[in-house]
Amino acid sequence: MSADSTTATYDDAPPLRDSARAHAAHAHTGAHPASPHPRPAILDEVNPAPLPRATLIAHGCSFNWITEKICGIIEGKTPTWWWVSFLVAAFVASWTVMGLIYLVSTGVGVWGHANPVNWAWDIVNFVFWIGIGHAGTLISAILCLLRQKWRTSINRAAEAMTIFAVVCAAIFPAFHVGRVWFAWFLFPVPNSNDIWQNFRSPLEWDVFAVSTYGTVSVLFWYVGLVPDLAILRDRFFNAGKKIRSWLYGLFAMGWRGSNRHWSNYEMAYVILAGVSTPLVLSVHTIVSFDFAVSLLPGWHTTIFPPYFVAGAIFSGFGMVLTLMLPLRALFKLEDLITQYHIDCMCKITLATGTIVGYAYAMEFFIAWYGANPYEGFAFINRAFGPYAWAYWIMISCNVITPQLFWFKKIRRNTALVWMLSIFVNVGMWFERFVIIVTSLARDFLPSSWGYYSPSVVEIFTFFGTFGVFSVLFLLFIRFLPIMPMAELKAVASQAGTHAKH
Amino acid sequence: MSAQPHALIATFDKTPDLMRAAALVRDAGYKNWDCITPFPVHGLDTAMGVERSRVPRISLAGGITGFCAGMAMIWFLNGHDYKLIVGGKPFFSPLFAFPVSYELTILFTAFATIIGMFVLNKLPMHYHPVLKYDQIHRGLDDRFFIVIENRDPKFDPAATRALLATAGGAHITELEE
Repeated sequence: MSADSTTATYDDAPPLRDSARAHAAHAHTGAHPASPHPRPAILDEVNPAPLPRATLIAHGCSFNWITEKICGIIEGKTPTWWWVSFLVAAFVASWTVMGLIYLVSTGVGVWGHANPVNWAWDIVNFVFWIGIGHAGTLISAILCLLRQKWRTSINRAAEAMTIFAVVCAAIFPAFHVGRVWFAWFLFPVPNSNDIWQNFRSPLEWDVFAVSTYGTVSVLFWYVGLVPDLAILRDRFFNAGKKIRSWLYGLFAMGWRGSNRHWSNYEMAYVILAGVSTPLVLSVHTIVSFDFAVSLLPGWHTTIFPPYFVAGAIFSGFGMVLTLMLPLRALFKLEDLITQYHIDCMCKITLATGTIVGYAYAMEFFIAWYGANPYEGFAFINRAFGPYAWAYWIMISCNVITPQLFWFKKIRRNTALVWMLSIFVNVGMWFERFVIIVTSLARDFLPSSWGYYSPSVVEIFTFFGTFGVFSVLFLLFIRFLPIMPMAELKAVASQAGTHAKH
Repeated sequence: MSAQPHALIATFDKTPDLMRAAALVRDAGYKNWDCITPFPVHGLDTAMGVERSRVPRISLAGGITGFCAGMAMIWFLNGHDYKLIVGGKPFFSPLFAFPVSYELTILFTAFATIIGMFVLNKLPMHYHPVLKYDQIHRGLDDRFFIVIENRDPKFDPAATRALLATAGGAHITELEE
């Protein structure tokens, strides 16, 4: 068959989704001879500036290159640095394990809580880790709905980060109930007291928000993994590794790349993105209700839900940068995580960091404008009271640091971006510390005012969670594809359905 | 009648070739056929004549179930089975029941969507003739396949093979059951 008749058959087919757009493009360039619309004369006088789309996969890498690159990480020999990091991470994680064993065997008094500060590091750490997770869902859900194609390079690792962050977060509320073996009382399971949970309490809402968040994040992650697991199944089978092939195949559900499957799969993926978007916004909103619904000055504010969500995304992107930049260097992923990706992440950090800075200012303004002396005292006390050191660490890390991302020179200095992302993480931990501890340490009755310091058990338990997180993340990068291969291929330039004219 | 192959599979190198071929197979009136692609190719659904996915209906049913389950659960637990007195607040109000019901809406929607997707795709199906094709790993990597099954009423080993060849398919192979 000649090339001409093939084209004719193709053009006679009912219009495809992309072909309408292609026709429009032809009308502009005037290259299509059969264009039904006459070209407006004005267009000859217009000289549009070329605005090329950013290349998401550098150097025009082929589909096969992507598969080999991502699968190669799993199939290759375990690098030495992996074992070293894993051992260090496992050692650090043991701090959490030992801290919790000591806590359970002795009692919750081994933490530094004392009147009037009965919520402190446990809740700070919980809110901090949950917030970290939010960027993963933002990348996988909101950026998917907004068709931000650059998300494909980072979404798998960011979703893994979400899940592991939720694991670290869940440790703290579970153990701060005191008798952790009764933690199941949080869920409406019939118990011998015959009393049900109080659903008027935001703390109970939080149980549902966080457990839904964890579950849906795992489901979303798993659905994204299915096609990639199928690739690994076939590759391990061909390499003669039957056990690994069987294991990956078990979770791949027999995926065979059928387009009839892809059709349902894509629809399911969009719906999951659609429900994860209100989910991620609601989780930190409900976390903030834990504070906002109380009557304490400094907590009882309506700005909390949006402010917490912005802060969560800010800290989460800080963590994504902290994790992805070393991965990019270690696995030589510069063609997949390009400078454009780093720029995008820096700009979101800048935007959300600026929202957080605005919220800090607005809190002060409302404390003054609301003319409530207790509210006013709480905020003056935050900035100039006994915890002023924590407040100013927070301000410098969260308000000043992200502003540096305005400058292209800084965004292009990967090492510097990495360091700034650490500052963001530190700053957001201090934000939660400032909110929770300062309001409690100076409560209504001056005679009961106090100063909270963490105990050594608390300190080790918290820093150990970075080890827990790292152990999980290292296992992830060793055994699962760190980037969604199918999605990367779909955004590659050669995935287009039109031959080059 | 001699043993028919289960299906014929043809290979394509590039997405535009696959799209053209898919439109040809669709116009030839085949029903039991499929494309194997390493990633979702946009526009291929139209070229194949695949209808819009029915997953959203299942998701909607899941979401409605979740919301109603949340409201009913909270009414039963706090407003009916054990009337817990807290701060003079009503035993049941849809307002305080909303956040939990909202989360359950999302949870049930997510489960319904995923289960619905797998059920509609008839997965898990760990054994499938297509997976026995010795080049199938390329179909998840960088090649595109069209498979026409023998249960299609229009299937005829010679004519179908000719159609796939006309459409530009290479390495046309018979798949065993």
